[in-house]
Amino acid sequence: MPIEVYLNQIASGALTGLIYGLSALGLSVIFGVCKIVNFAHGEMMVIAMYAALLAFQWFGLDPLVSIPLVCALLFAAGYALQAGLINRLIDVPDHMQFILLAAIAIAMVSGCLMIFGPNAQNVQLDYAYDSYEIGPLLLDKVRVLAGIAAISVAGLLAAFFRWTWIGKAICACGDNIVGARVTGLNVKHLFALAFGLGSVCIGAAGCILLLLVDVQPFLAVEYTLLAFVVVIVGGLGSLTGALLAGVLIGVSEALAGLFIQPSLKSMFSFGLLILVLLFRPQGLVGKRA
Amino acid sequence: MPKTRLPVTRRTFIAGASATALTGVAPIRRSFAQGAALKVGVIHPSSGFLAQIGQACNRGAQAALPVLKDMGYANIEIMLGDTESNPDVARAAGERLINAGAQLLVGAFDSGQTSTLAQVAEQRGIPLVINIAAAPPITEQGYKFVFRNFPRAPGIVAGTFEVQKQLFAASGRSPSKCVVLHVNDTFGTAMRGAFGGIYPRMNMPYQIVDYISYDPQARDLSVEVAKAKATGAEILLAVSRLNDAMLLTREMVKQRWEPWGIVAAGPGYYEGAYMKTLGKNGNFVISTVPWYDPRKPLAQRMIEAHQKMFPGQVVDTNTVFTFEAMLVAADAYKRAGSANPQALAAAIRATDIKDNAALSDGIKFDAKGQNDTVRIAGIQNFDGDAKVVFPLSSAERNFVFPVPGWQARR
Repeated sequence: MPIEVYLNQIASGALTGLIYGLSALGLSVIFGVCKIVNFAHGEMMVIAMYAALLAFQWFGLDPLVSIPLVCALLFAAGYALQAGLINRLIDVPDHMQFILLAAIAIAMVSGCLMIFGPNAQNVQLDYAYDSYEIGPLLLDKVRVLAGIAAISVAGLLAAFFRWTWIGKAICACGDNIVGARVTGLNVKHLFALAFGLGSVCIGAAGCILLLLVDVQPFLAVEYTLLAFVVVIVGGLGSLTGALLAGVLIGVSEALAGLFIQPSLKSMFSFGLLILVLLFRPQGLVGKRA
Repeated sequence: MPKTRLPVTRRTFIAGASATALTGVAPIRRSFAQGAALKVGVIHPSSGFLAQIGQACNRGAQAALPVLKDMGYANIEIMLGDTESNPDVARAAGERLINAGAQLLVGAFDSGQTSTLAQVAEQRGIPLVINIAAAPPITEQGYKFVFRNFPRAPGIVAGTFEVQKQLFAASGRSPSKCVVLHVNDTFGTAMRGAFGGIYPRMNMPYQIVDYISYDPQARDLSVEVAKAKATGAEILLAVSRLNDAMLLTREMVKQRWEPWGIVAAGPGYYEGAYMKTLGKNGNFVISTVPWYDPRKPLAQRMIEAHQKMFPGQVVDTNTVFTFEAMLVAADAYKRAGSANPQALAAAIRATDIKDNAALSDGIKFDAKGQNDTVRIAGIQNFDGDAKVVFPLSSAERNFVFPVPGWQARR
């Protein structure tokens, strides 16, 4: 097989992996700060995809343009969910939180089914079939734009946590909740902000994914599972780890498809997960507890 | 206190009860004679990744009702069931409909889901008329209540090769290399097996250079398309579902792979949703599938009824074979004179419908419950419409081959 085929697949896998990484960032942020395992992660992303779809159908907005709008919507929904519901269950056993979020996920899927029906829907864009030709590389324009958007959102998020007072306060809550309470931080408000920010990542990922995947209510479970794999491989709570794991999984799936059999490529992402759990349970970039 | 003797003795009670029972039965018999509705459980994947196809099948069942009524058959009451695109749910949906009173089942489009539904039908002794499902083992189990009016995978594959031979002969162009991309579900695996067994006997002009399998629910098929493109094949032979068919075509455009044509052996490419979503890029795909015969009067009545009930929706394989499954049910009910499952099954086994809608020599089942007379048509997409191009004797318009490149279509 010509070398160009391998180069193209590595590039394509890396771009797809960036989107995997972005989709998992939300899960990582929410777990890293609130210690909540968001079982409704994929469902929230599907809702973001539907929001971007409606923005396209009603106002003709390109999903990339509607990212700020959808992120604002998801932020409000995430903040309200944490402040109104999950904050009441912070101190209860984990399994009660799991059941609550699983119930929310089921309600979201059923709601989407009732409103949008079971059919897959998508957006038709002029550039949907365009590619960039760079030397031997033939890069899908949508994936390139999606990759740039993924890096931008991740960069903005990292900057927020590093250089803003609120971002630092949120990180403090994640690092030591007792210390945060002692210093007078409004922990519940900061938790709600963190959940809102995680939802912003999910919203951005949903808008970007809509360029690549047709949305339908049952898509959610698959993306929740994928996000879990990415976050565990990268390291729970690590933003860099999530992006790195996403790229690793994207490239390994692409190469596995080329070298072995495409239908077996998912096996490699789960294989990576098992290896990480066995030999580096804290994840590639995560810190040992 | 003296005992009062009741005027009702044991004998008069039994006589009275018997008379009541008889008068109670009489309306039932009378209602059947007047055309009591046959309760048909119509089970398809109405949700999940096969939802669009399942809904198209359901439309075919609904479009059959007015046509069957006009033909003088008894009323049919449709009880809808949803497999959620999942074989395990198909089993539960079948059980639920039978418990709710379904006297006959029709379904279930997908081979995996149909296999579990067939087990339920056999266990419960309720006839199942399979509209679409090609995996051979379904009618090889010796089932007494399972009937299939659809070709098995080897029949589809042999038909696919025959249509291609006609295509190459008529166009004067013979490719030298072909690559097969197929889904890895029950249907796709059965088709892959049939390709391996039948291809060597068909004396095709091309060599099959690779078989590439993939998950029908895959999120991304870029690797599959890249691998297929790298083979340098002039023909892509695809065994797909709907969503993956759309993904494959999009990837081909993006990766600028322009073979002489896509030949599909199965669903996906002729569906309305495929053509609507892909626009010009969905044109010229040739699907080699069981189809309706546009010249047959019943096919025309079916199309008319479907267009009246579902304006704008495409009539395709899903429509015609679900329509015919309902026809088989109505015809058997009429001849059986009863909704008794044994009587219905016996009547279905004796089916001999000559005036049907599909491209076949009528509907009749062999000892295994299989109708092997269904032929394969070549259908080509033209601006949102799938037209018969092969066999030439049934062609609705001329074929296009080799097809124009992606850029030339813009």
